[in-house]
Amino acid sequence: MSAMSNSNFSRRSLFRAAAGMAAAGTLAACGSNNGRGGSGGSGTQLTQYFHAYGEAGTEQALKRYAAAYKKADVSTNWITGNNFESALFAALLTKKAPDVFEFHPQLQLVKSGQVADLSDLIDPVKDDFNPNDINSHTVDGKIYGIRMIDDPQFFFYRKSMLEKAKVDVPTTLDELIDAAAKLTTSKVKGLFLGNDFTPIQNTLIWSAGADTLDAKNQIAYHTPGVIEGLKKLRTLFTSGHVLLDAPTDFWDPSSLNQGLCAIQWGGMWSMPAMQKALGDDLGIFPFPKVGSAGKQSVYNGGWSIFVNAKGKNVDAAKEYVKWLWLDQKQYQEDWATSYGFHIPPRTSIANSATKLKSGLPAEGVKLFTDYGHFDNIGFDQTMITAFNDVIASSVRKSGNPEAALDACDKKVNVELKKLFG
Amino acid sequence: MSTTTTRGVAQPAPAKASSARPRRGLRGNPTLNFWLFTGPFLIGLVIFVFVPIGWSAWLSFFDARYTVTPSHFVGFDNYKQILTNSNFSGSLVTFTVFAAFIVPTTWALSLGLALLVHRLRFMRAFFRSVFFLPTAVSYVAAALIWKMSIFNGVRFGLANTVMSWFGVDNTTWISNPTPPWYWLVIVTLRLWIQAGFYMILFLAALQNIPPELYEAAAIDGAKPGWQTFRYITLPQLRATSTAVILLLLIAAYQAFDEFFNIIGTKATWAQTPLMELYKTALGTDQDYGAGSAGAVILSLLICIVTLAQGKIMGFGGGEK
Repeated sequence: MSAMSNSNFSRRSLFRAAAGMAAAGTLAACGSNNGRGGSGGSGTQLTQYFHAYGEAGTEQALKRYAAAYKKADVSTNWITGNNFESALFAALLTKKAPDVFEFHPQLQLVKSGQVADLSDLIDPVKDDFNPNDINSHTVDGKIYGIRMIDDPQFFFYRKSMLEKAKVDVPTTLDELIDAAAKLTTSKVKGLFLGNDFTPIQNTLIWSAGADTLDAKNQIAYHTPGVIEGLKKLRTLFTSGHVLLDAPTDFWDPSSLNQGLCAIQWGGMWSMPAMQKALGDDLGIFPFPKVGSAGKQSVYNGGWSIFVNAKGKNVDAAKEYVKWLWLDQKQYQEDWATSYGFHIPPRTSIANSATKLKSGLPAEGVKLFTDYGHFDNIGFDQTMITAFNDVIASSVRKSGNPEAALDACDKKVNVELKKLFG
Repeated sequence: MSTTTTRGVAQPAPAKASSARPRRGLRGNPTLNFWLFTGPFLIGLVIFVFVPIGWSAWLSFFDARYTVTPSHFVGFDNYKQILTNSNFSGSLVTFTVFAAFIVPTTWALSLGLALLVHRLRFMRAFFRSVFFLPTAVSYVAAALIWKMSIFNGVRFGLANTVMSWFGVDNTTWISNPTPPWYWLVIVTLRLWIQAGFYMILFLAALQNIPPELYEAAAIDGAKPGWQTFRYITLPQLRATSTAVILLLLIAAYQAFDEFFNIIGTKATWAQTPLMELYKTALGTDQDYGAGSAGAVILSLLICIVTLAQGKIMGFGGGEK
């Protein structure tokens, strides 16, 4: 400290300062790795945001498609971590906002003028899309996003373990809880529902015969069936028969593949990796029904591509999106079936996707069509987050589900009022 | 810290008066040197600290949803909103519990380590480095190690393996909030990262205590050990202790990384003030107005606590 008050700087201290600045310069240079593949195409620069897909080769594939586009220089931001939505929403406010991004259809993006109307691009090929994928992106007759992939989520199970424990494939939540108990041994937990149980929140609602919102965009999840389901999930959570604090979450096949659990909630994207690890010792079933009024359900999640309406290059971005996600069918099929398994939203591609025609993938497609529920564009991220709290306080904590749902209703109603007036 | 300014160290006489040679201009001009060396830092401070603080204070009076350049003035509405938000007040409680535990524990642990290392006859530098090294680890990296390898819930997690030697069943350390084992995860992580740094501060202070004091005390009949520590060492460490506690308190207020990575935002417990503000401002609501209001409240709280602590412990009042 006291040396600092000596103004008689030595040559050495000057040198040290210079070295420090050089080091700072090197660090700054590290920040320039933005995924831009050198000095490619000339002219328009476009940026696209994607969350980090877990399957090997996905990032390279996406960059390969982008590099093949000649009319603009497209750079890809591959967002790792488990909070893609915060990273995306924060970036959308800045000058460096992405021109193109993937997300789920959510009404607040439309209402705030964040996403561009893509109707004129989609209309010519509209009939080729799964009508549900058009509906879930349509507001007042305009289509705001292009579905890239449909991702059904359901249970995966080890056939051999169920046989050994003499457990039938569960069709009700009670049977599932029962099965978890019978399948649990000193080394294997019966069931894995994700580390925080939120991945199954929508299917819990649907399987209890309820819905997120009704046709009039009012709360439809607050039913006795859902409350019963939440209470049962609480007993399951505390039973010691579910896998918790696993090193990977539900979207990764590791928990089932490594024998940590006998039944795992997951997405169809994990199927190739599971088949590779487990061979034929693998089956799937939908979320079982909750209560007497319920019916089995599957969550048809997925990812869609959107154009940032507030971006600088809206037209160029629309052109790129049309090129890749409407015109380039071979890329769309590659994206849907070469890494993880996803269901192509376009009938023509789905019909030609031979990998999904037989065996377990075909069963997955059947669950998707028979039991699947799509996203409701009105049930936006704020409402999803509000329901996350219900799971946290009444399943992971011993809170009263009724009170938790009341608290959720309040937040959802505020948001509904904002969206629909 | 304050010694350099208050003590009035005899400033070396500016050399330029005596020798008027131009080549000595750079070395001899204290003003220029001052700006040369503090300038880059000050520019950074202004751009990355003062401007955002001012901007945030400005935002807190506007309806700043989905924008950081708002135009609709709302007065104190954002403050009303954030203060009546039970999540934010709940997070202040979380923080208080956390600080009340982590501050004294870290203080005691780092002081203990410093005393141990101070008494070492050999390999002192080695142990000093060993204890200091965790400071270099980022909270995020450490949080992932703690969550995924040490305290994961499966049978081969480190903590569960050790517990199984004693016949204890696998414990769910993080997902299950009852009993709240997650505090163990968070507290051990923070202790591991922080203790070494504060140990260095204590070590420096210990080495500054004049040996004559101990000799005099021994002659006066003070017993080595507890008595000497209680009446000589501890009072001599008062200034350092105050600084350490202050830094620890501020660090506790700023807790974010390990909570965010270990607990996550999909829980209703263990959400720190910064996590709540993050969710408000950068979450799906993108409400920068309310978020900024919360940030201003938090800054005011830190100021008040700091001043109160200074008052109680006599920090910044010069040496007596």
